Amino acid sequence: MLKRINAFCRVALLAVLGFSAIAQAVVLRDDRQVEVTITQPPQRIVSLLPSLTETVCALGQCQKLVGVDRYSNWPESLAKLPRMGGGIDPNIESVVAVKPDLVLMATSARGAERFAALGLTVLALEPRSHADVQRVMRIVAQALDVPVQESDRVWRHIDAAVNAAAQSIPSQAKGQRVYFEVSRAPYGASESSFIGETLQRLGARNILPASLGPFPKINPEFVVRAQPDIIMVGDSNFADMATRPGWQNMQAMRTQRVCHFKSEESDVLVRAGPRMAEAARLMAKCLTEKAEAHKAKGAP
Amino acid sequence: MTYQGARCSARVVALGLLMLCALGIALGSAVGSTGIESWFSALHDDTAWQIVWDIRLPRSVGACAAGALLGLAGALAQGLFRNPLADPYLLGSASGASLGVAVALALFGGNPFAAEFLVRLGLTGAAFVGAVLAVLLTLVLARGVQHTLRLLLAGVIVGVVFGAVASLITLMRPDVLQGMQGFLLGSTSFIGWNACVLMLGVLLVCLVLAFALSRVLDALSLGESTALSLGLPLVPMRVALVCVLALATGTAVAQTGLVAFVGLAAPHLVRSVVKTQHNWIVLLSALMGGVLLLAADLLARLLLSPQEMPVGVLTAVLGGGYLLWLMYRSQTSRAAP
Repeated sequence: MLKRINAFCRVALLAVLGFSAIAQAVVLRDDRQVEVTITQPPQRIVSLLPSLTETVCALGQCQKLVGVDRYSNWPESLAKLPRMGGGIDPNIESVVAVKPDLVLMATSARGAERFAALGLTVLALEPRSHADVQRVMRIVAQALDVPVQESDRVWRHIDAAVNAAAQSIPSQAKGQRVYFEVSRAPYGASESSFIGETLQRLGARNILPASLGPFPKINPEFVVRAQPDIIMVGDSNFADMATRPGWQNMQAMRTQRVCHFKSEESDVLVRAGPRMAEAARLMAKCLTEKAEAHKAKGAP
Repeated sequence: MTYQGARCSARVVALGLLMLCALGIALGSAVGSTGIESWFSALHDDTAWQIVWDIRLPRSVGACAAGALLGLAGALAQGLFRNPLADPYLLGSASGASLGVAVALALFGGNPFAAEFLVRLGLTGAAFVGAVLAVLLTLVLARGVQHTLRLLLAGVIVGVVFGAVASLITLMRPDVLQGMQGFLLGSTSFIGWNACVLMLGVLLVCLVLAFALSRVLDALSLGESTALSLGLPLVPMRVALVCVLALATGTAVAQTGLVAFVGLAAPHLVRSVVKTQHNWIVLLSALMGGVLLLAADLLARLLLSPQEMPVGVLTAVLGGGYLLWLMYRSQTSRAAP
């Protein structure tokens, strides 16, 4: 009974005290369709998804991060932060130990319910497209009490840089047909994926139509039949590409029009976050160089 | 499989295992990303208290309970099928649970209504539903429990088909791949008090039922026809045992994912130290399973601290290693008596 009275008093006190705070409280709907209430601007943030970590930093709030997942590696200032597992195996204990007032994580990650049960505020977001990058940036800005104008300014900056990358490509390098391999299974990036959207804005054509879904698992034969002009792939997958049956005779393989990206470059390319302009520049460089190499070879 | 030198009394072993459980849970509250200092500062520091009381303790108790459920299910499966290779996942519950998780994960990205519904049900709910459906399908395909061989085959078929469908979903939706992998590896790190209470409750029910029904396992160990001639109501008792098996496995799998080998190894380890009737074997297997998973969970937290290893990997190494050693020892002692 005493406990109940105690609890009631606490609630009443909170209600009275809370009125002023509630006026400023932000209610956000995250990608799980859960309404998240943030009463005060968070000062201690844990991010468990690299693109969200990068979004926080792009908004100039990097110093508020107190922990990140093991895959977050940009910007370099994060190197000294404690690592708290990954998306599928977040280390619950070490997250709670740093007393965060906001946990950012992917909707596909595990442990969101557990964090919520332990009294942490969880915002689950999953950027998957160009539009998502802007939307997620706005939500994170609202959560961190950064003015929306600021997030829009950062977004315009990124958007303009993507356009600039597109304009840097000479017209004869446009319209090339590209196959972007995401993983060795092989999974490719189609027109409807984040990577596909960037390629489209760079004026390249994708051999994988949007109807296949964003990252379809394809038959290797499909690529041979489609004869892409350029292949883009991470270093780790490039190694055995020529040994796949029939691939060494592909036009792009024979003329070495394959861009293989280093692993840190691959990170930039596949993350739907604020570094998408850098990704666009990497792809633009690839498209331009390979088109010129082709011309130089074909000219004599 | 028979072992030599099994002379301990069942009560002594039970007591020993219980003490090991208690010791493990105590240790479990002191080991983690920060170490034992959380334990001392827990009284005046809220976060340290939360870490010890809300994270480490439920996790350790939960690991013990999940291991006990698997050990119990393993003992029941090996008794029911009179096969030392039987394990709790035999009736297709593992693949059923993975299919449930795959479907849930695939729908998470889909329409908002499904997502909202599934958030409420949770991955654990989906896994449990999947596991129960798979066992039911196995029972339907085997047309009851009368024929052990048919039941075994139906279980294998359901397991393979459900597993294939789960793989197909993962292949079609690669964003599901990560979540699936986490589930397949098995993990004790997401267990809270609610899950603990649920598992302990189910464990209690299953233990009482299994203990009461264990006579049929003793009878079955003498052969099917002998069991029939003893006048036991074989069919209803078997159905009840299969239900207990499915309930125990489904509950454990839903909370911890696929933890390998505990269910297979625990009954063998018990039989290597005691020779007794099935009621004791069932009870001791549950305790042994609890100790096994608890030990694996402790090591998983300790070995790479402050990082963690997937506990399923460790159970296979621990249980498998010990079983191998037992087999080797019993072989050599038989060769040179």
